Amino acid sequence: MGILSSSVSVTRYKVKSNPEKPFLEKVYNGLTQNAIQEIDDHPLEKTVGWTSFENPYIPDFEGSSFVIGPYLVFSMRLDRKSIPPKVIQKHYAIEMARQLEKSGRKYLSRNEKKSIKDHVIDVLSLRIPATPNIYDLIWNMEESWLWFFSNLKAANEELETLFSKSFRLSLIRLFPYTTADLMSGLSDADRDLLLQLSPTKFTE
Amino acid sequence: MLDVAVSYNRYKFLGYEFLTWLWFVMENRQEILKESDKELVSLDIGNCIVLENNKNDSIESITIKGDKAGLEEGILSLQKGAVVTELNLIYKAGNNEWRFNIKGENLNISSLKTPETGHVETKEDIEGVLLEKVFLYEKIFVLMNNLYKHFISLRVTNRWEKDVVLQIKKWIAS
Repeated sequence: MGILSSSVSVTRYKVKSNPEKPFLEKVYNGLTQNAIQEIDDHPLEKTVGWTSFENPYIPDFEGSSFVIGPYLVFSMRLDRKSIPPKVIQKHYAIEMARQLEKSGRKYLSRNEKKSIKDHVIDVLSLRIPATPNIYDLIWNMEESWLWFFSNLKAANEELETLFSKSFRLSLIRLFPYTTADLMSGLSDADRDLLLQLSPTKFTE
Repeated sequence: MLDVAVSYNRYKFLGYEFLTWLWFVMENRQEILKESDKELVSLDIGNCIVLENNKNDSIESITIKGDKAGLEEGILSLQKGAVVTELNLIYKAGNNEWRFNIKGENLNISSLKTPETGHVETKEDIEGVLLEKVFLYEKIFVLMNNLYKHFISLRVTNRWEKDVVLQIKKWIAS
């Protein structure tokens, strides 16, 4: 789901401080060093990295192309190969039969079975292309906020890890407590009171 | 600051109370809405209310769907001790309309539909349309932030129990 979609879901974050100066160069380095890597010809099952908002299949961050007005706009891409379990089961059975025939034995050990299964998954992973999932984001460095265009728990967790690794900055997800603590202009005394709150009963 | 996972779970009741309070405000205290957004024409419940009743360690979830989502059934649930956990809202400013869902647990916004923007026909159009979209999204985030700020400023004072909760109780019972 992207920024320009007709219907969007957004998770909001506060960015703890800004990258070191020069900002844009640091962001550019973080993006290029952690750009998405294609895994179609590799046995890897999953990969995550940054990509360009305008052209998510060919990441390109040159010429500050990720700067739009006062915002930094780019995307996180999460590529995953999903091999249907029945396909794994079929190739596993074929390979088991082949190994048994080759060895002339009636049974294979647990380790041998595991090794065959891993080998089958590796071989199939090379043949199956990864499915890309693209999640846009907008980062306002001046006001230290970031909008991530997905509410999916797994995607948000990937974002938090990748962002911290790329820019050495923490993202604080804005939910009821953090919004009250960080965004509501409470005094220190009020923030102490906030910690002591317990649920209200709206009925007698 | 508290650990994120701990504070997320321990204080998610604040999000439920916020949405319950917001429903009360929409019904009874329109001036608070106007204070939060000078351009606001209206803020109404759309086609879904989700409530949750936590009694005897079991959670009962009540979902009311449909246009002008059944307010009476919702009030009945509140009378039985439920709180609002999710709302579909319709916000109007000028001749424009926004629709979105807000979840109390995390204040996440989903299914946000803004007024129409220009169409992207060439690569050069993207920047303009994107900035227009950001402006339209921000209207909702600023409105919700201002309302939440208002709620929290009441919630940490004595006025909450002495004044606001009494008014909400009266509204629920009426």
